[in-house]
Amino acid sequence: MAETLRPETAESVLDVVRWAAAEQVPLEILGHGSKRGIGRPVQAEYTLNLSALSGVTLYEPDELVFSAKAGTPLAEIEKLLADANQELAFEPMDYGPIFGLEPGTGTLGGVLAANLAGPRRIKAGAARDHILGLSAVSGRGEAFKAGGRVVKNVTGYDLSKGLAGSWGTLAVVTDLTFKVLPRPERIATVLVLGLSDEAACAAMAEAMGSSHEVSGAAHLPKGMARSCGLAVESSVTALRLEGFPSSVSYRSEALNGMMRDRGAVEILDMPQSENFWRAIRDCLPFAGRSDPLWRVSIAPRAGAALMARLANEPLNYFFDWAGGRVWIEVTGSAEDAAEGAIRRAIRAVGGGHATLIRGSAALRTGLSPFEPQPAPLAALSRRLKENFDPQGILNPGRI
Amino acid sequence: MSVAMPGPKAEILARRGEIAKALSAIVPGEGVITDPDGMRPFETDGLTAYRQLPMIVVLPETVEQVQRVLRYCYDNEIRVVPRGSGTSLSGGALPLADGVLLVMSRFNKVLEVDFENRATVVQPGVTNLAVTRAVEHRGFYYAPDPSSQIACSIGGNVAENSGGVHCLKYGLTTNNVLGLEMVLITGEVIRLGGKHLDSEGYDFLGLMTGSEGLLGVVTEVTVRILRSPETARALLVGFPTNEDAGRCVGDIIGAGIIPGGMEMMDSLAIQAAEDFVHAGYPLDVEALLIVELDGPGEEVHELIERVEAIARDNNAANIRVSQSEEERANFWAGRKAAFPAVGRISPDYYCMDGTIPRKALPKVLHRMKEMETEFDLRVANVFHAGDGNLHPLILYDANDTDQLERAEAFGSAILKLCVEVGGVLTGEHGVGVEKRDLMGEMFSEDDLAQQERVKCAFDARQLLNPGKVFPELHQCAELSRMHVHKGQLPFPDIPRF
Ligand SMILES: Cc1cc2nc3c(=O)[nH]c(=O)nc-3n(C[C@H](O)[C@H](O)[C@H](O)COP(=O)(O)OP(=O)(O)OC[C@H]3O[C@@H](n4cnc5c(N)ncnc54)[C@H](O)[C@@H]3O)c2cc1C
Repeated sequence: MAETLRPETAESVLDVVRWAAAEQVPLEILGHGSKRGIGRPVQAEYTLNLSALSGVTLYEPDELVFSAKAGTPLAEIEKLLADANQELAFEPMDYGPIFGLEPGTGTLGGVLAANLAGPRRIKAGAARDHILGLSAVSGRGEAFKAGGRVVKNVTGYDLSKGLAGSWGTLAVVTDLTFKVLPRPERIATVLVLGLSDEAACAAMAEAMGSSHEVSGAAHLPKGMARSCGLAVESSVTALRLEGFPSSVSYRSEALNGMMRDRGAVEILDMPQSENFWRAIRDCLPFAGRSDPLWRVSIAPRAGAALMARLANEPLNYFFDWAGGRVWIEVTGSAEDAAEGAIRRAIRAVGGGHATLIRGSAALRTGLSPFEPQPAPLAALSRRLKENFDPQGILNPGRI
Repeated sequence: MSVAMPGPKAEILARRGEIAKALSAIVPGEGVITDPDGMRPFETDGLTAYRQLPMIVVLPETVEQVQRVLRYCYDNEIRVVPRGSGTSLSGGALPLADGVLLVMSRFNKVLEVDFENRATVVQPGVTNLAVTRAVEHRGFYYAPDPSSQIACSIGGNVAENSGGVHCLKYGLTTNNVLGLEMVLITGEVIRLGGKHLDSEGYDFLGLMTGSEGLLGVVTEVTVRILRSPETARALLVGFPTNEDAGRCVGDIIGAGIIPGGMEMMDSLAIQAAEDFVHAGYPLDVEALLIVELDGPGEEVHELIERVEAIARDNNAANIRVSQSEEERANFWAGRKAAFPAVGRISPDYYCMDGTIPRKALPKVLHRMKEMETEFDLRVANVFHAGDGNLHPLILYDANDTDQLERAEAFGSAILKLCVEVGGVLTGEHGVGVEKRDLMGEMFSEDDLAQQERVKCAFDARQLLNPGKVFPELHQCAELSRMHVHKGQLPFPDIPRF
């Protein structure tokens, strides 16, 4: 069992990493550990637990900005922002339910390390698009800062983005500054019932290509809507509209008109919409189970074609991001959790990537949980890692 | 203006003829320029105070040529400066005396328009405006819109992470680029992202965007295109004081409204713009705000009313709401022509680009007024008010060395002030050579060392665009050394389990 160190200040984090660098001791970096099941299992003698490094250090609603320590619970931040009618516009997903954990775990550091996003990714971007600046300690044991607290900043390289999605393998982030945005006053969802995957992808492309500012577009194949709280048996294609009340009602009318010829249309009101999109965001159709789960990113219009190629595999799936994000649960007992078939299908429909989000430790060790990279890119990744963490002490082996 | 560039290497200069010949074999015909007259147009970019003829200019046409040119330069340790359209305002494309200037303007094709995936694939030499031109017949556009958009290239936009008026609502270049193809100095081709979101692995897309030509040469860009908003209308609001205008900006955003654009001008800029384009700007105000609201008609209608009310609460002296597309364009005409307009009232101007927290605006404007007296030079102010990005234009005469020096000192003082109030040196124009030596105002040595290590991962020999961004050039070997701080574990004060 690894020994856990739980520093309470950024200075102690620096001490720990310096010590680990000097002694070449590998560290597993954790917040709440809510995403610990993603990537290769880390073998480390010590766990550097950041959850005591907690607290919001700056919040200026008028400036649309806040700063907090890396171990601050995301739930605490979301509550603070909600009280001022603001939010993290990229809708960070909560991985907890997929792993059978309580919802609402996770820290701000993890939001960046995993580059979280939600259904609004297609309109508002991911964590990478909202991070403004940070402080961190590299694997060399050097404390540094990057970025700032203003939205427009091209002073030097965008290192904050460089750490987004790096899964704690380059540096230990201690403080983060994010931009925030006003919460929408009204939300509505236009549902189109009974569409095939292909018809749904076409409908979502049409909606996204309209001027109605659709902020979420998902498709649940037949039999899956119940797990998202809808009493519907048929397939459901959902289009979300957000904004000022008059604008939302005007646009849902318009979208309704646009979709009527494609299938039966229903409208969800604000509370129903909130529940529904939280379910999509957190991948609730596949929550509380243990079958291997892949997250795929492809060109949105290729969604249906991808799944057509996988028609013979035993799996369940649904689409978010207008077809560009596909959650695939593999129900058969294939040893490679259909990895080969999925990666081949992605290449065949124009490229993208697949990440094994849930799988046994054996599975995650045996296959490549992240998309394998072509040689020059893999070499570049390795060089970046070596520059920041030459001894490989931060989350060794994770990616 | 004086910033020391890396000294030319005599052994490279001595081999100039041989190098030109080798490069001509890779890029035949008119793709290699060596005579000084032919190279003259490339000796400077948008920051004209700096000039330097390159050793050789190369204009490749294919990715393979770019690969071979870079590989040759890598093998022979020749420095390379990439260039797009040469509109950089920070000297990013300033040539080196012993360097190859790699001009990407022949990469000028739109390769693919994919409306269903809302993506367009272009070569890097395509101008920013041409991306929109290629998709507007179907009602789409490319959101980042630098004022230089008729001239600047997408490759340059990526290198500088350029912004524009619409970035407040729709993001900067970095938020609108989906994929890149680039060539490393070794000649290796790297592809990042594509029409899908969130490229897997480290966010090299994020690192490349804004890297000022120091990491790789961009040879293809996939951008996100958006459906044009149904309606756009603008308000033109005059205020008796800068403070009123600044507060109004904060109140609009505080009310949960993110306008499509929100720009501010001070009295000198208003006057210059009005004299130049006759946009009908009020001349008896200290500050002018242009607020554009875009989206569905219903929404725009409602927001215009909300913004009008906020403006009135902030002592607006006069408010005009555009009643037609023509009138809206007219409101913008003065703002868009602000730089050339200021160019008419002064022989030269020096454009600064700091960003500050919005709330610091009154303080910064006030201090700048005082500095006008200290440095005995005038400043016209144009800002992207919504995101706190200032463009003070310092008026001077370059023929007067004393004025030139004062202008430079004034500029530095403004940027230091921006950092002091919690802001940054540059919001969208880049560090280049211009702000290179001010990096220490914002970053410690360790901060800069981490950025240099990114450089080392891409270009360990430091051949791509050296002398830009970093105040000091450290060898990658030196940077890679570990400084070991021997410590002892039992940290008494760290809880353990
Ligand atoms: C009148 C005027 C108004 C402007 N307004 C704005 C504005 O509103 N917003 C804004 O953000 N900027 C503005 N700019 C600045 C400038 O237009 C932008 O920085 C632009 O992106 C530069 O593009 P370019 O093609 O001219 O690049 P260049 O000036 O040729 O080069 C700029 C940098 O990019 C690198 N580079 C160019 N092409 C490549 C490539 N293919 N691969 C790798 N590196 C490359 C160069 O090495 C250099 O470091 C303005 C400039 C002018 C003159």
